[in-house]
Amino acid sequence: MPETDSPAGRGGAALFGNLAERLQAALGKLKGRGKLSERDVEEALREVRLALLEADVNFRVVKDFLAQVKERAVGQEVMQSLTPGQQVIKIVHEELTALMGGSHARLALSGKAPHVVMLVGLQGSGKTTSAAKLANLLRKQGHRPLLVAADVYRPAAIRQLEVLGQQLEVPVFSLGERHDPVDIARAALSHARDRGHDVVVVDTAGRLHVDEELMAELERMAEALNPRETLLVLDAMTGQEAVNVAQRFNERFELSGFILTKLDGDARGGAALSVRAVVGQPVKFAGVGEKLDQLEPFHPERMASRILGMGDVLTLIEKAQMAMDAEEAQRMAAKLKSAEFTLEDFLVQLRQVRNMGPLDQLLGMIPGLAGASQLKGLDVDEKQLKRIEAIIQSMTPEERAHPAIINGSRRRRIARGSGTSVQDVNRLLKQFEQTRGLLKQLGAGKGSRRARSIFARLFQG
Amino acid sequence: MTGLRPDAGEWSHLMRERALTFERRQNMGEGGGWFSRLRAGLAKTRAGLASRVEGLLSGRGGRIDESVYEGLEEALVLADAGVTATMSIMERLRERAKREAPKGAEDLKRMLKEEIAALLRPVARPLALDPPGLAAAMVVGVNGSGKTTSVGKLAWRLQREGRQVIIGAADTFRAAAIEQLQVWGRRAGAAVIAHEPGADPAAVAFDAAQAAVARGADVLLVDTAGRLHTRTNLMEELRKVHRVMTSRLGQPLREVLLVLDATTGQNGLVQARQFAEAVPLTGIVLTKLDGTAKGGIVIAIASELGLPVKLVGVGEGAEDLQDFAPEAFAEALFS
Ligand SMILES: Nc1nc2c(ncn2[C@@H]2O[C@H](COP(=O)(O)OP(=O)(O)O)[C@@H](O)[C@H]2O)c(=O)[nH]1
Ligand SMILES: [Mg+2]
Repeated sequence: MPETDSPAGRGGAALFGNLAERLQAALGKLKGRGKLSERDVEEALREVRLALLEADVNFRVVKDFLAQVKERAVGQEVMQSLTPGQQVIKIVHEELTALMGGSHARLALSGKAPHVVMLVGLQGSGKTTSAAKLANLLRKQGHRPLLVAADVYRPAAIRQLEVLGQQLEVPVFSLGERHDPVDIARAALSHARDRGHDVVVVDTAGRLHVDEELMAELERMAEALNPRETLLVLDAMTGQEAVNVAQRFNERFELSGFILTKLDGDARGGAALSVRAVVGQPVKFAGVGEKLDQLEPFHPERMASRILGMGDVLTLIEKAQMAMDAEEAQRMAAKLKSAEFTLEDFLVQLRQVRNMGPLDQLLGMIPGLAGASQLKGLDVDEKQLKRIEAIIQSMTPEERAHPAIINGSRRRRIARGSGTSVQDVNRLLKQFEQTRGLLKQLGAGKGSRRARSIFARLFQG
Repeated sequence: MTGLRPDAGEWSHLMRERALTFERRQNMGEGGGWFSRLRAGLAKTRAGLASRVEGLLSGRGGRIDESVYEGLEEALVLADAGVTATMSIMERLRERAKREAPKGAEDLKRMLKEEIAALLRPVARPLALDPPGLAAAMVVGVNGSGKTTSVGKLAWRLQREGRQVIIGAADTFRAAAIEQLQVWGRRAGAAVIAHEPGADPAAVAFDAAQAAVARGADVLLVDTAGRLHTRTNLMEELRKVHRVMTSRLGQPLREVLLVLDATTGQNGLVQARQFAEAVPLTGIVLTKLDGTAKGGIVIAIASELGLPVKLVGVGEGAEDLQDFAPEAFAEALFS
């Protein structure tokens, strides 16, 4: 392995850095060459197989999945604008997305309240934090959640949930560490009924799927709680074991879904695909940071791109599909030359970025950027992005077109309107100015360099 | 120093935990050494790889054909060794098979285990916390990998060896992380130096170093908050903790340990690289090997980075920390 500086967002993918080239070498770069032959498909899938394994998709899941894809792909017409290799990857991507479960699955909270949501999983997967985040989300949706601290084994786990509950102002039920978790479950449920909580989120102790004693204990808890949702909390960095874990938990608890945690890192997250494939239940939420509002609905499409990790190729495919891209790029280039790149353009770019998936992943997708050392250590913060978007949206069209007119009182108004501070507005304007300056310098440069500086500027400080 | 004896409440909790641990051990057919415990744990999984590989090997009368190689390759990938490391190990195995003509599939498997053990032997190094002098160590790693627990276990072990241990609670971020460590401090009989939640972790590390020097402690162990290696600012914070400790002690830390969960997949390699870039890692603590995960990612890490593996975690109890043994590890990959 010669390459050691694989950039953020493409963890462990150095091997596949030049996948586009390898596909071309194997399949040629001639576009739209009639139907996909068996050989085309096999050659392309060999590369896909490596990519999936590097992303931690389970070995057997990869095998089954690719067999399925092959069946679908052989004989398909190659799009005019794509090479056979790209066509195969397009199919892989579609199948992956479908397998990951179409659109976002919601919590099933119907029937008689209180509804119990029980979080289970291995040690250290992120159950306690996820429980608090979920309660936070539910409360924002108008529910009256109760958190239940039932991890009596890990030292101070109960205390941890209590602190989080305090921060959120969500009540936490606990009986301390010296009670049987089954008793805690029962007491919590009647407490919830008494106090009129409609949702009960239960944090359980981490346990190994092969720990018979603790699995049996969890079964007794489930009997007492009769949970509407049993969610397995899974670390996005989990390797090949994910299937065994998910299978074991599912056998005993009939999982209704998963929460995938620590997705803000650079793990490709193939475990998500594995567990979906073996259990058949969807990933319902993704943890994307340590803060308590950093739990998001899960997006299968983004995850499919991330797992596949073939940024270069996927981008090419997208380009081929969206004719608009070329025009847009030209328009932007023209604007740059005349230095009239406005906040409006800035926002358009931001929106495009947001539509395309996790940022760190996106950065890896930009051709020529994958190996850029400048990207190393770039701290991409989705929340910051949202804030910038809010600020620009609070500006009038005139302000967006001519940022120079944004004086002190306008700044205050914008800050108020976007729920940010004047410092935030100032910082954004400064970043914008710097970006524009840079863009001017790079106006003649290649697209990738331009993009790089935009992103680099955006996420500094 | 905090007394060796936990308070009454703590005590009953501890007793129950012991009883549980005891029961578990019995179930697992404890027979000394972590390898037998691993085996016992593994034996429980039907879906385990063991029977599959075994099946592959025996089903063909022990003859070696391509499918035997494929089976072994699959086993390595399923253990999270990664495609690259697996390929190069298999390459070596094929070459060796050409030279030494294995008698059958079993013999080939033995050779593979030897290859892996040979690859790991250079990185299996003991902890460098021996006397004389104050031996300082810190643990780093992603969230939930087992840092605090490992510090607790290590403190427990060292105290039992008669060393005076001081623990620094530099995870000031995660809710109740300090309390968690304090419980471990009581179990081990080690003093815990802590500040308020939210305090500067470097300041805690500094104070802990100060206390260790002032009290003439033998060992200083500093716990840190979990962080994803992609968070530049948090990695910078880690650098600072390390820098402050080193300069207060006036000498390098003896151990800077990356705590890695054995269920980690290929991202483990990225973690090792990135943490090593931030602080001078001296080795790995591989935790949660009591599950069915094989921890094969350390093979990838060993072959690419040569980072030593020092300890393995095999449970949640104080005594569930063992030295890393390459042969047993290689054996367990296929058991
Ligand atoms: N089964 C098992 N669990 C472990 C092991 N080491 C740590 N844990 C558990 O993993 C969880 C996270 O550990 P903790 O030390 O809090 O992780 P930290 O966030 O890195 O400090 C806790 O529930 C620990 O009890 C181990 O070797 N085996
Ligand atoms: Mg900790």
